[in-house]
Amino acid sequence: MTKDYLIERNGKKYEVVIGLEVHAQVLSESKLFSTSPTKFGSEPNTQVSLVDAAFPGMLPVINEFCIKQAIKTGIGLNAKINNKSIFDRKNYFYADLPQGYQISQYKDPIVGEGNVVLDLVSGSKTIGIERLHLEQDAGKSIHDIDPKNTLVDLNRSGVALMEIVSKPDLRSPEEVNVYIKKLRSIMRYLGTCDGNMQEGSLRADVNVSVRKQGEDKYGTRCEIKNVNSIKFMQMAIEHEANRQVDILEEGGKIDQETRLFDTKKNETRSMRSKEDAHDYRYFPDPDLLPLELNDEYVENIKKEIPELPDQKKSRFIEKFNLSPYEANILVSDQDISKYFEAVIENSDVKLSSNWITGELFALLNEKNLEITESPISAKNLSKLINLIKDGTISGKIAKTVFEMMADGDKNPIEIVKEKGLKQQSDPKELEKLIEKVINDNQDKVREYKSGKEKLFGFFVGQAMKVSGGKANPQIVNEILKKKLK
Amino acid sequence: MSNITDLSLSELVSNVKNKKLSSHDVTSEYVERSKKSKNLNTYIEETFEAALKKAKEFDSKPDFNKKLPGIPIAIKDLFCTRNVKTTASSKILNNFIPTYESTVTQNLWNDGAILLGKLNCDEFAMGSSNETSYFGNVISPIDKDLVPGGSSGGSASALAAKLTPATIGTDTGGSIRQPASFTGTVGLKPTYGSCSRYGIVAFASSLDQAGPMTRNVNDAALLLEVMSSFDNKDSTSVDFKRPMYSKDLSKDIKGKKIGIPKEYRVDGMSEEIEKLWEDGKNYLKDCGAEIIDVSLPHTKFALPTYYIVAPAEASSNLARYDGVKYGFRTEGNNLIDMYEKTRSAGFGDEVKRRIMIGTYVLSSGYYDAYYLKAQKVRRLIKNDFNNIFQKVDAILTPSTPSSAFKIGDKSNDPVSMYLNDIFTVPVNLAGLPGISIPAGLDKKGYPLGLQIIGKSFDEQNILNIAYSMEDKINFKFNLKEWWMND
Repeated sequence: MTKDYLIERNGKKYEVVIGLEVHAQVLSESKLFSTSPTKFGSEPNTQVSLVDAAFPGMLPVINEFCIKQAIKTGIGLNAKINNKSIFDRKNYFYADLPQGYQISQYKDPIVGEGNVVLDLVSGSKTIGIERLHLEQDAGKSIHDIDPKNTLVDLNRSGVALMEIVSKPDLRSPEEVNVYIKKLRSIMRYLGTCDGNMQEGSLRADVNVSVRKQGEDKYGTRCEIKNVNSIKFMQMAIEHEANRQVDILEEGGKIDQETRLFDTKKNETRSMRSKEDAHDYRYFPDPDLLPLELNDEYVENIKKEIPELPDQKKSRFIEKFNLSPYEANILVSDQDISKYFEAVIENSDVKLSSNWITGELFALLNEKNLEITESPISAKNLSKLINLIKDGTISGKIAKTVFEMMADGDKNPIEIVKEKGLKQQSDPKELEKLIEKVINDNQDKVREYKSGKEKLFGFFVGQAMKVSGGKANPQIVNEILKKKLK
Repeated sequence: MSNITDLSLSELVSNVKNKKLSSHDVTSEYVERSKKSKNLNTYIEETFEAALKKAKEFDSKPDFNKKLPGIPIAIKDLFCTRNVKTTASSKILNNFIPTYESTVTQNLWNDGAILLGKLNCDEFAMGSSNETSYFGNVISPIDKDLVPGGSSGGSASALAAKLTPATIGTDTGGSIRQPASFTGTVGLKPTYGSCSRYGIVAFASSLDQAGPMTRNVNDAALLLEVMSSFDNKDSTSVDFKRPMYSKDLSKDIKGKKIGIPKEYRVDGMSEEIEKLWEDGKNYLKDCGAEIIDVSLPHTKFALPTYYIVAPAEASSNLARYDGVKYGFRTEGNNLIDMYEKTRSAGFGDEVKRRIMIGTYVLSSGYYDAYYLKAQKVRRLIKNDFNNIFQKVDAILTPSTPSSAFKIGDKSNDPVSMYLNDIFTVPVNLAGLPGISIPAGLDKKGYPLGLQIIGKSFDEQNILNIAYSMEDKINFKFNLKEWWMND
């Protein structure tokens, strides 16, 4: 059990309580209620239909694909899929909200309670999911192009978002890190959200409160709006929790309010108090009928659900005898798990796992590449591992071969052949070689025989050196042992 | 042959199909008459030249399989029309030209009709007298002091004055049936979901429905046939098998059971209306129908319910008119200032009143007491009708509690104005079809209407009943063309 994340002040310990409202953009070709495309990075106002721009008489029509995506995500969160959900209007005025209301789900969301299991250093922890609902994204107000005017880009207006609301079950910035990554991993496995935080596909409102360790009652919370990276979430939580503790320690009271995180100054700032909170005048959107899903519909979607990270992890542990730690790394990203499974199709599991999480990850890290961009294909890595396994090359030589492979995904078998790197495993050849080493180092042999057993490594090293690194170290060991007796 | 403008829509259609009249003959007559009738203030936008051109095009390549072959039609200015200014009679849309066409109007053009122009109405269809229009009030051809009713007042007035052979309106709480009743014309509000709302400027989405306004029942059946369609661009459009209303029109209503709801006998209802209703029953009996007294116990809650639900939806529907994207804008010092100035200047008083009512009833702390309760009552009203329709095939009521009132009479008294919709509003709340037909004249010689309410998607039945009664009533109104200029 690792240490709990606690804030200490004047000898008192405070626990931090965190709940997240994650806004995940639904992976979909078109918007939630219109047929406009959703391509990121398009010229401003080129992905906008009359519906998105709220022209008179325009009506929303539900995009069934987005509904399916939300259901899939709900299933991935082990959540209840509601047979009836309702789209409501959330009314407020803003320049980038053309309708004057956002279509969202209020009292009756499409997905109800569920959970996500986190793998922490201290063990696994289940985080409750309160709900998932669908809503429209707003457009974008741009204040810094024209000195006098605010410009509006409606490309994002109407894009489908899933708001995933957690229970206040998170207790540290690290748990938030693991939670977001797990959510993202699940959604990527499902293909329901690309989780790209740079492009704003995944953002979160972070609810933070503090309470003295051991207390049952939650403290008053503050909501930090629209944080768009895990690092910023962690910084914001740390700052906000400390701010709250400071207030309490000075005998003050936390005001329930909405705050903004200033990434440059690393602090949160009040945006509006509870009293100033908008009255959104939610009511069911009369342009849309209640969304009714029968069990059969949901069952059919269940059939399309791929193996998710948790299941895959169990399978890897059970079937391949991997450690939970290794399995976790390999399943955290669907593409990594795909790569791994492609490699082990023809190769030793343990060696594959080691090489992927070791050499390959180091290489990717160094070159800043995703596994899908790996310079070494799963097929060739598999071949390399087989060369090690059958003793054709040593692990050490394999590292050299690996480096060579990275330049244009070369076939390791050909590299070994070309460069003559095949391991020397013929005992007769090796015996000759070792005899030479012994003859050349008689003084060391004496020392060894008089009890300086540490020198054994020296002989191995010499043998390897003479062989140009190609000698099979195992056989060298065996022969040396005999000869030095 | 009598004057072209005296012919009904169906008569025009058969004359054009028989090549006795060309589209251009018909269109030019209506254009001429419309030009001489500016005193009524029915048109907001005239498309006469374009109409004449289209008429010629039709005549050069006529397609007589169309249901409305080359027939000119002026329409309420709530329907968006491609490249033709669409204002909803509001200053805030005074300069708005849509790049798209409403489904209902597209259906008309697809079936050969030609746009004559856009007709005045109450601003955003909010009103019962056509006095809330930014473009000024409409005058009824019945009498120069009279309102034509509303909100489809321009449509009713143009139709009664024979400036268009037929027209289309929208009905949220009676906006087709009440003006039809006031002007001695036929107005049908179809079942919610029959006509697409796509491209119609929204007032109250759960109540709005487009419908035909015509000189007789046969025309209404024909026009509905063209207007009504399933539309996947409107999520509330219903995919049902639409009958050929005009072809299937029949006077055989023998054995039909007609309910007379006692709650519609409201306090202070005039003897004239009583008698009109009584006459209606007798006509129905003459046609072989059976009259049954019924009760719709929640009727008295319909009006208050309506005036919560409709403004609530309107307050949200009208939020898009904010000066940012299109339409009228008054510049301001900042965004909020621009909103306030634009909406203060862009909306008229009645629209502002309803936005305020709607905002209030949806506000936190009031939502449950008003909006939620109104939704529950709405359900009860719907249940009332469902129960009665176990026993009867249709319901007969007066269309309005009185004949047309004078211009200015009620414009300062919103509640008395709202009371005008007392017989029509329950039908919208329940989503049912209702038709108003001219049924007689009051002492002053002003038209009065009777309303027939039917089951959901049972338009054919109420059309048949109306068709039978029309024959017996044999309504005549001697239109003196006092408004015409030469």
